[in-house]
Amino acid sequence: MRLVRPILGVTLGLWLLLGIGYPLAMTGISQVLFPSQAQGNLVYLNGRVVASRHVGQYFSTPQYFWGRPSATLSVSTGKPKPYNAFASAPSNLGPTNAALLNTIKARIEHLLATTPGLTVNQIPASLVEGSGSGLDPNISPQAAYIQVPRVAQATGLSEVFLRQLITQSIEAPQFGLFGRSRINVTLLNIQVYRMLHGGT
Amino acid sequence: MSVQTIVTWAVVAAIFALTVKPLGTYIVRVFTFQPTILDKPLRPLENAVFRMFGVDRDSNMTAKQYGIAFVLSNLAWMILSYVFLRMQGILPFNPQHFGAINPQLAFNTATSFTTNTNWQAYSGENTMSYFSQFANLGFLQFVTPAAGGAVGIAFLRALSGRKLGNYFVDLTLMCTRLLLPLAIVVGLIMVGQGVPETLAPYLHIHTISGQTQVVPRGPIASWEAIEHLGNNGGGYTNANSANPLENPTPFTNVVQTVAMGLIPVAFFYAFGVMTGRKKVAWTLIGVAGTIFAVLLAMIYVPEHLGNPLINALGLNTHANMVGKELRFGIGGTSIFETATMSFTTGSVASAHDSFLPIPGLAFFTAMFLNLVFGGKGVGLINMMMFVIIAVFLMGLMVGRTPEFLGKKIETREVSLASIAFLLHPLLILVGTALAIALPVGLKGVYNPGPQGFSEILYGFSSAAANNGSAFGGLGAALPFYEVALGVTVLIGRYASLMAMLLLGESLLRKKTVPVTSGTMRTEGWLFGGILLGAIVVLNALTFFPVAALGPLANHYLLMAHHLF
Repeated sequence: MRLVRPILGVTLGLWLLLGIGYPLAMTGISQVLFPSQAQGNLVYLNGRVVASRHVGQYFSTPQYFWGRPSATLSVSTGKPKPYNAFASAPSNLGPTNAALLNTIKARIEHLLATTPGLTVNQIPASLVEGSGSGLDPNISPQAAYIQVPRVAQATGLSEVFLRQLITQSIEAPQFGLFGRSRINVTLLNIQVYRMLHGGT
Repeated sequence: MSVQTIVTWAVVAAIFALTVKPLGTYIVRVFTFQPTILDKPLRPLENAVFRMFGVDRDSNMTAKQYGIAFVLSNLAWMILSYVFLRMQGILPFNPQHFGAINPQLAFNTATSFTTNTNWQAYSGENTMSYFSQFANLGFLQFVTPAAGGAVGIAFLRALSGRKLGNYFVDLTLMCTRLLLPLAIVVGLIMVGQGVPETLAPYLHIHTISGQTQVVPRGPIASWEAIEHLGNNGGGYTNANSANPLENPTPFTNVVQTVAMGLIPVAFFYAFGVMTGRKKVAWTLIGVAGTIFAVLLAMIYVPEHLGNPLINALGLNTHANMVGKELRFGIGGTSIFETATMSFTTGSVASAHDSFLPIPGLAFFTAMFLNLVFGGKGVGLINMMMFVIIAVFLMGLMVGRTPEFLGKKIETREVSLASIAFLLHPLLILVGTALAIALPVGLKGVYNPGPQGFSEILYGFSSAAANNGSAFGGLGAALPFYEVALGVTVLIGRYASLMAMLLLGESLLRKKTVPVTSGTMRTEGWLFGGILLGAIVVLNALTFFPVAALGPLANHYLLMAHHLF
C-alpha cells in the first residue's frame, strides 16, 4: 500500500510531462521552425492543395507516369484501393507464394501491352513489385524513362521533352550519401498536367 | 553494393562508435548521482514530484521491492491505457471522430504497449485518435522503456556491488535525463525532414487525376522520435516506418536506425564503467557486434541478389523490392531491419513477410537470441544470463568453481539464469505448437507452405522477445491471437526480468573472491569466442527444429523453384 502514492504520483507527473507536455510543445515548436513540413508538405497547383509531397498517389491513365504497385485496401469495402493513405499496407505476399509470381507476371503483361516498343529486360523489378507502405512516392529513373512512349502517345508531348522532364526531376541520393536516385511520380505528373492544362 | 549503401552502414557504425563512450559514461553519472549538465533545469522539477508523492531520492529497495514496484506501476499503466482506449470516443483531440476500442483489442494493445512490445493488431491511422496516439500510447512509449531500463540499472548496480536504488527515482531519471532530451532532438530532425507534427485534422486532397486522397496527419514526428529511442516500435500507421509519413527520406531512415541503437549500445559500456571492468564490456560489445554484422549480411546479400523465381522472368534489375520502399534501397532497408530486430524495437521499414527465407532466418535469430544489444537494459540482462551460463560451462570443463566479476557462480545463480533462458523457448515453442494444433490458430495464416508456419512462429517469437514486429500476413486481429500473444508478452516481459533481478541481488550478497592466477578470465578473444559459441550452440539446439520447418524449408523449396 505504501506503493500506491508514488505509483499514482509519478505516473501523473510523467504523464503531464511526456504524454501532454512533450507532444504539444513539439507541435508548437514545429509550427515555428518548420511550418510547411509540420503541416504535411502540401503541394499547391493553382492555389489548391493537390498533394502531400511524400505520399504517393495512384495514376492509372496513360497520360501520366505510373508509380509502383500498391496493395492498400479500402477500409469500408475491403476491396483494393491503391495508394489509400488512410490504410497504409504492403501485400505481405511471401517469396514462394504463387500469387506473388502471378501478380508480377500480370503487371509485366500490362506494361508491355500499354507501352509501345517496351521489352521485359527494360522493366526494373521495383515497377512491378508492390511497396512496403502502398504509398511509395518514388520510382527509379529507369522506371520513368521506359514509360515515355506511352505518355507521349497519350498526351501528344514529344518524347524528347518528356525525357528532359524526367532528367530534371531526378532527385540525387540525399546529400550525395544516402538512398538512391529517384523520381517523385506525383511531382513529375504535376509537370505533365501543367503542360496539358496550364497552371502554376 | 552501391556507394550509398556503404556510406549508410559506415555512418551508422561510426555514430555508435563515437557515442558509446560518452553516452555510456553519461548514463553512469546520472545513475550514480554524480553531477551532470541537466541537473540545474531538471532537478528542482524532479524533486518537487518526489517530495509531493513520498519518494526519497536517496532510498534503496530490495530486489523484491524493486520488482514489485516495477510490476505494479506497469499494471497501473496498463489499466490506465485500457480505460483510455475504451473511452476514446469521448476523449478530446479526436478530429476524425474515431469510436471506442473494443475490449480484446484494448487488452492486446494495452498489454503490448505496457510491455514495450508494441505488437499492433490495429492500423493506427484509421483506429486511433490523436489523444490515443500521443497521450496514451505515446506516453507508454516513454515510461515502459524507462521502466525496463530502470531494472537494467538496478541489475548493474547489483553487479557492481552497489545497493539497488529506488525504482521511482530510476524510472523518472530515465525519462527526464535520457529519453526526453534525445527525443526532442530526434523529433525536430524528423519534422525538418518532412514528418508531420500538427493537431490539424486529416487532409482531403483532390488530386490532379480527379481522385480524393485522405492523408493522415497528427503529431507524428514526436511519436517517431520516442518510438525508436525507446525501442518501442509501435507504428503511428499500419505500415510503420515504411510509410513515407513516418519515414520520408533516406536520412530519416538513418536517424531512426541510429536512434534505436544509441542507448542499448551505450548500456553495455555503462556496465563496464559501473563494474570497473571495461574490458569485459568491450568483449560483450564485440560479441553482440559480431552477431549484428552477421545478421546484416544474412539480410542484405539474398535481398540484393533477389528472388530466383522472379529473376527467371528476365527483368531489368534483380534486387527483391517486394514490400520495400524505393527511397531506402536494399542497403538502407537492411540496416534498418537489422537494427530493429537486434535492438528489439520492432518497427519496420519494409514488409518482413515478403523477405526471402534466409533474411527471414536472420529475423528469427535476432528474436531467439534476444541479446544483440537488445532493448535498453533488457538486452544486457539477457547477455549476462548467457555469460553466467558460459562461465558455468567453462567451469564444468576445467573442473573449477566458475566466477564472474569476482563472485562465485553457484547453484542459485545457474538455476535462475537457466529459468530465464528456458522461459523464452518455452513461450515461443508452446505458443506456436498450440496455434498450429488449433483450427483458430491456423485460420490466421496468410501465405501457404512453410511461410505460413513462419508467420505463426514469428508472432510468438516477437511476443516473447517483446519485439513487436510481425510477418504481417498473420491475422493478428483474430481474438485467438489477440489473447494468446497478449499473454505471451506479459510472461515474456516480467518473468525473465524478475529472475534476473533476483540473480543480481544474489550476486550482490556474495563475498568477493580475490583474483588469482587460476581465475578464469571473462574478457578478451578467448572468452568472447566461448561466449559466442555457447550462444550459438544452446540456441541452435533449442530452435533448429522450428527453423528447419519454417525459413530453412522455405529456402530449399525456393531454390528448387517450388511455388505454393
